[in-house]
Amino acid sequence: MTEPVLDVRGLTKSFGGLVASRNISLGLRPGEVHALIGPNGAGKSTLIKQIAGNLRPDSGRVHFDGRDVSDLSTAARARMGMGRTFQISSLAMEYTVLQNAVLGALGHRGDIFRFFNRAMRDSDLLEAAESALEQVGLEEFRSLRTSDLSHGQRRQLEIAVALTLSPKAFLMDEPMAGLGAEGSQRLVGFLDGLRHRAPILLIEHDMDAVFSLADRISVLVYGEIIASGSVEEIRSNADVRAAYLGEEAS
Amino acid sequence: MTRETVLNAGLMTLLLVVPLAAWTFDEPFLITLATRAVIFAIAGIGLNLALGFGGLVSFGHAAFFGLGGYAMGILAHHAQTYTALATWPVAIEGTKSMPVIWLMAIGAGALAALVIGALSLRTKGVYFIMITLAFGQMLYYFAISWSAYGGEDGLSIYVRNGFPGLNTMDPIQFFAICYALLLIVLLSVNRVAQSSFGMMLRAARQSEDRVQAVGQAPFRLYLTAFTISGAITGLAGALFADLNRFVSPTMLSWQTSGEIMIFVILGGVGRVFGPVAGAALFILLEHSLGGSSEYWHIYLGAILLGVVLFARGGLYGFLAGREQADD
Amino acid sequence: MSWILLAEQTLNGLQFGVMLFLMAAGLTLIFGVMGLINLAHGSLYMIGAFAAAGTAAATGSFLLALAASLAAAAIAGVVIEVTVIRRLYDRDHLDQVLATFALILILSEGTRWIFGSFPLFLEVPDYLSGTVTLPLGVEYSRYRLSLIVVGLLVALGLFWMIARTRVGIRIRAGENDREMIGALGVDISRLYTLVFALGAALAGLAGALIGAIQSVQVGMGEPVLILAFVVIVIGGIGSIKGAFIGALLIGLTDTLGRFLLPKLFSLFLEPSAASSVGASLASMSIYILMAGVLLVRPRGLFGGT
Repeated sequence: MTEPVLDVRGLTKSFGGLVASRNISLGLRPGEVHALIGPNGAGKSTLIKQIAGNLRPDSGRVHFDGRDVSDLSTAARARMGMGRTFQISSLAMEYTVLQNAVLGALGHRGDIFRFFNRAMRDSDLLEAAESALEQVGLEEFRSLRTSDLSHGQRRQLEIAVALTLSPKAFLMDEPMAGLGAEGSQRLVGFLDGLRHRAPILLIEHDMDAVFSLADRISVLVYGEIIASGSVEEIRSNADVRAAYLGEEAS
Repeated sequence: MTRETVLNAGLMTLLLVVPLAAWTFDEPFLITLATRAVIFAIAGIGLNLALGFGGLVSFGHAAFFGLGGYAMGILAHHAQTYTALATWPVAIEGTKSMPVIWLMAIGAGALAALVIGALSLRTKGVYFIMITLAFGQMLYYFAISWSAYGGEDGLSIYVRNGFPGLNTMDPIQFFAICYALLLIVLLSVNRVAQSSFGMMLRAARQSEDRVQAVGQAPFRLYLTAFTISGAITGLAGALFADLNRFVSPTMLSWQTSGEIMIFVILGGVGRVFGPVAGAALFILLEHSLGGSSEYWHIYLGAILLGVVLFARGGLYGFLAGREQADD
Repeated sequence: MSWILLAEQTLNGLQFGVMLFLMAAGLTLIFGVMGLINLAHGSLYMIGAFAAAGTAAATGSFLLALAASLAAAAIAGVVIEVTVIRRLYDRDHLDQVLATFALILILSEGTRWIFGSFPLFLEVPDYLSGTVTLPLGVEYSRYRLSLIVVGLLVALGLFWMIARTRVGIRIRAGENDREMIGALGVDISRLYTLVFALGAALAGLAGALIGAIQSVQVGMGEPVLILAFVVIVIGGIGSIKGAFIGALLIGLTDTLGRFLLPKLFSLFLEPSAASSVGASLASMSIYILMAGVLLVRPRGLFGGT
């Protein structure tokens, strides 16, 4: 078996008396889509924040690309190749679509302490940005202000920005939300191809998308992973049906 | 050409034509007013870099303005009393040369902003506002109790400092110097706003998460912006003290911080030329309302309240609409 | 150095501290519950002082003057809250700072317009003037001692109110979760007005009490306001307990610093230099204290993590 790109070991985090993550371990291997599902309030976002470095776990380690990154900042982890997309869009809303993509390329290139260049006339940055926009299908909206995009388009732009970072793994927090049936289907197709460039840790509520994309699924309930396995295993797991899928159906 | 560009050109022309006309008709007071507007504009541009581009609500920029003022006052004081500023570890003499004073003011502003910023930027939001305010007050009380340089009474200098080839005591020539500096500062800040640094900084104001997600740390951006901001405001302080040939703790007071903020807000937060419009409008209001009523602060307060509650884009937001994306 | 003098200065520091607490309590409550940074809090302090001075001049009664300060500041607080402040709760801090800065300009000039630029004086009543002899032979001003007692009583009352009463429960709920309190069916805008009026009344009372030691004049509120900011930054914004500890820390540091630092420097500097350096450092001491606290705890002593 290949080494996991991302390897989370025994993360535990509590807020006061509330345990948000209880001894969570999971891995992300090259080429796979690992879906993390669970009801609202299960601690998915808390977990992503600990992996990305926004929250410091009480105990446990995060290994990424063969290194222990537990003590690195969010920015340092991103530079190492964690390409993250957010559930609540964190794009620069006053910037145009193209500017957001250029921002990604600029952050990736790293020479941000230049004071008299013109970032938006830098052909390398523009090329990287335009190529990313093209891949997600936003090239025709490049001059639109980001705040004027639909929610679905913002999700696409989040992915485009992540692409400019040439990440080694994607952390995607609900990329399908707000897309509609057709948009979801197109994004599923896109992500299916994307996994070969870098594996995807996918948090998603859209079960159709999860079942058609995921190689593995982990189910998080009350801060604990209650089951982890292939799509078939999770579909037939009684605990999961009781704790999660049953709840959805009712 | 966008409406904003037209507005910028019109504003800069007006700011040049009024004092030139005043010079022609021998109205030195008007020239002085225009010079004040220009200097306040520079101070506001400095703050705007932190506040408008970085979203750092500094309520302590009087610290840098005042330090610039005291850089001028102290150097000129030693020069006119023929005493050394320091004899150990190196001998430092006073000076009456404007360019040297400017460099010292810029350096003092930058250094203070670096230290205050490094401490204050550990905090966020309302803490940051209050801490910058508190650091400003700290310098204010320090200046008041520092009797060697006049304490509460401040420092006067007899003759305005010199600039090679110009008679700085002539109002129009001093105006020209300030106007030229304003142009340099404006053009530089305009370039910085579009640079890699500026682009990342403005993104940090909109979303820190975004900046971190693309692999950059907001703190270093903020600290750099704050330091440059302090340097520019320090330069304005030196010019202001030179205009008045006087520096006192008032320049360091929290009201001064508030006024510098007003220049930025009246003009339009985050617009490169906004503080120029804001400062000009402030001077215009101060002169017209202050002339007709001794209670002009009531009107100023009411106008400010109106702008904050109902016209948040300031003059630029009102006249030029929302900012154009630059691509 | 005489120990009696030191004891007296410590009491002065305590007195300054409890008065700062009256200011800081309102500020921190208003920030904790409504998320609002209110620069005009110093103006409410000033309004309280002017109302007291005016009432005392008209009636000769100090107690009536205090009642007037509470009432005037509370009423001014309600008027300001309903007309302006209410529009600012959803705004960012920059808007709040600017709008309340605008209120300072209006209120200060308005007060100058009504009362003129000359300072007014509020006399300490006979039954509170003179000195009392404390244990160990310390002679201390009866009025300042009363300020300490009043300040501590108000602090106790506040702690009791927040821990035990319905309003207090709502305030705590509002601090934790603004949506929850709305969901509980509490009329949130009335609660906000009430909290604002309470904070205003405390500021007004502080203004009147201090007004009898210093003079009552326009601009008296802002230095105190800024100190109160330092207090709540040190204590942790939103925490009443933090405000109390912070206020005492600031009161004692400032008073004792001014007293002790010049003496300390006179041990190794010539007298004039010692008093100058000592005074300069003393005036900065509380800000140095604040910077130190923030280096260790960026959200203040009781501000959570």
